Amino acid sequence: MNFATLLPALGVAAALAVVIGAALGWLAARLRPDPDSLVERIDALLPQTQCGQCRYPGCRPYAVAIARGEAGTDRCPPGGEDTARALATLLGREPRPVDPHYGETRPPQVAVIDEARCIGCALCLPACPVDAIVGAPRFAHTVIEAQCTGCELCLAPCPIDCIALQPSPGTTSRPRASLATA
Amino acid sequence: MSARPLLRGGLRLESHKTRPLQQSVQPMPAPSTAVLALDQGSGEEAQAVVTAGTRVRVGTRVAVGCGAATDLHSPVSGEVRAVEPRPTASGPGTCIVVASDGRDERDPDLEPLDWSALDGAALLERLAGGGLAGFGGAAFPTAGKLALARAAGVELLLLNGAECEPWICCDDALLRERASDVVLGTQVMLAACGAARATIALEDDKPEARAALEAALADAGDSRLEIVVLPAVFPLGAEGLLIAAVSGREVPSGALPPEVGVVCQNVGTAAAVARFVSEGVPALSRIVTVTGSGVRRPANLEARIGTPVAELVAACGGYGDTPPAARLIAGGSLTGRALASDTVPVTKGLNCVLVATAADLPARAAQMPCIRCGDCAAVCPVGLLPQQLHRAAHADDPAGLARFGLADCIECGCCDYVCPSAIPLTAGFRAARDRQQLHEAERRRAAEAKTRYERHRRRLDEQVDAERRAFEEARRRARGDGAGGN
Repeated sequence: MNFATLLPALGVAAALAVVIGAALGWLAARLRPDPDSLVERIDALLPQTQCGQCRYPGCRPYAVAIARGEAGTDRCPPGGEDTARALATLLGREPRPVDPHYGETRPPQVAVIDEARCIGCALCLPACPVDAIVGAPRFAHTVIEAQCTGCELCLAPCPIDCIALQPSPGTTSRPRASLATA
Repeated sequence: MSARPLLRGGLRLESHKTRPLQQSVQPMPAPSTAVLALDQGSGEEAQAVVTAGTRVRVGTRVAVGCGAATDLHSPVSGEVRAVEPRPTASGPGTCIVVASDGRDERDPDLEPLDWSALDGAALLERLAGGGLAGFGGAAFPTAGKLALARAAGVELLLLNGAECEPWICCDDALLRERASDVVLGTQVMLAACGAARATIALEDDKPEARAALEAALADAGDSRLEIVVLPAVFPLGAEGLLIAAVSGREVPSGALPPEVGVVCQNVGTAAAVARFVSEGVPALSRIVTVTGSGVRRPANLEARIGTPVAELVAACGGYGDTPPAARLIAGGSLTGRALASDTVPVTKGLNCVLVATAADLPARAAQMPCIRCGDCAAVCPVGLLPQQLHRAAHADDPAGLARFGLADCIECGCCDYVCPSAIPLTAGFRAARDRQQLHEAERRRAAEAKTRYERHRRRLDEQVDAERRAFEEARRRARGDGAGGN
């Protein structure tokens, strides 16, 4: 007798479960998380030096690997502490400092070609991921300072080691004088 | 009458203006070496058009301005020694160094301007060649500001004679002695910007300046010009606050004054405009207040742009011994900047050199934690909550800084002045702004690097594709040829 009075309640609960389950199932299929948008958001946090120190061939491939869960957030030395923390915050992971295995974090730098020594071999031109080196075979090359990301990828191909990295002049702002009353 | 108070918050400060005003403005001799900073205080550098060895005369153009930089003219005749980095009031910057030959020959091209015969646009163009910049401190190009105002169709030209900083009195001295120049300059600027009327605003602690100005206005007999007298409250001289006090209209956040139909110019700028049209002399000199208990004879000096500050101090009797000078400040005691050395040159934006003793500016007490008393919010003239901004700046929280209006802070220093915990609030806000700018620059750089990298990759991919196609084509042909040959 008691059981009979429970039936309508059980029926309603079962029907609700079916309806809600179906709705959730449909929504899950319909509103699938867009993997590209996550990659975009990760990529936006990376410094875009395209240096490959993370062992991926650029910032975007690294972002893809992070999004797939294949790589940690601790592989970007140019981004340093700030980038590592921002990535961990975005992904809800535990923040970890940059792994020194992948390189050390340095202040921004730019490549400078010693034009007196450059033999014009043009080997560094395709190596530059942002096309910041101007030159032609048998003419001295030069680096467009404003475009250089300091990725160091031009150092290895140079047969006579005439490229050096210098602290970037553009990113260090002019220190402002302190407040008079401070 | 509107119920709105003239100024919310602000400070009534003890004035220290009497000593420099005891004597008239002292003309300074031409410096033996003039150092012209390419950045005259606006934050942007002009482009030098001379090199070492160029002969120049008084008024020869030596640098071309663009954006927030104005043209620069040589204040002496002689030879350009170098274009090199030198210390300036706003940090190290590129300067044109001109060695004077002592003859002070005027450039023959300088001619008076018949301004009443020109229409607004032509007048603006001529004024742009005068190197005229905001003498109130910001050194923004006058012609550019007037052009913006003309384009927006402003109705009021506001002349800023409100010197609310407690030590600065160069505008007071100027109005006392050259009120007629200010009136003439105002008329020229009215013609240039197309406004219907002009208001000259000064404070009630300048009765002599007011009397001189009233006499000059009576002489000119121009009904478009009027005087408004305001209470001496700091920082009422700040552009946005003065506009609100005089016109009752508040400049919206992120907007410029022409949006509310007003353009603001300093009275010193007006005098420079008058000099430019009546004598043809571009902005080559300005009045600088040299004051403080650390200098023997405080005075207002008319110094050429590029004169080293040390020569100004020497002209005022040098540094005092009892009590000894402790600090050198460019600008006023609240909004000025500490100078590391007295070799820096006078710029168009330098209104005051304060040689302060320890008693003038007592050392700040040790910083204590914020107790959230809210005193800073009560004095903030732009209605911000400095204690909240301080928290956000401390946490380096960009969203919080934006929400509490860091962009609207005018860096007047009122909050520092009243803080019982002696927190250097304004310095913290400046640093937060610098960090934000740096961050913004980094983001721009990264975005550009990204697009260049994508283009690079696409090009390489296309190259590889093309090579593969060429290779396959060659192979097919070779095979076909081979088949045909056999």
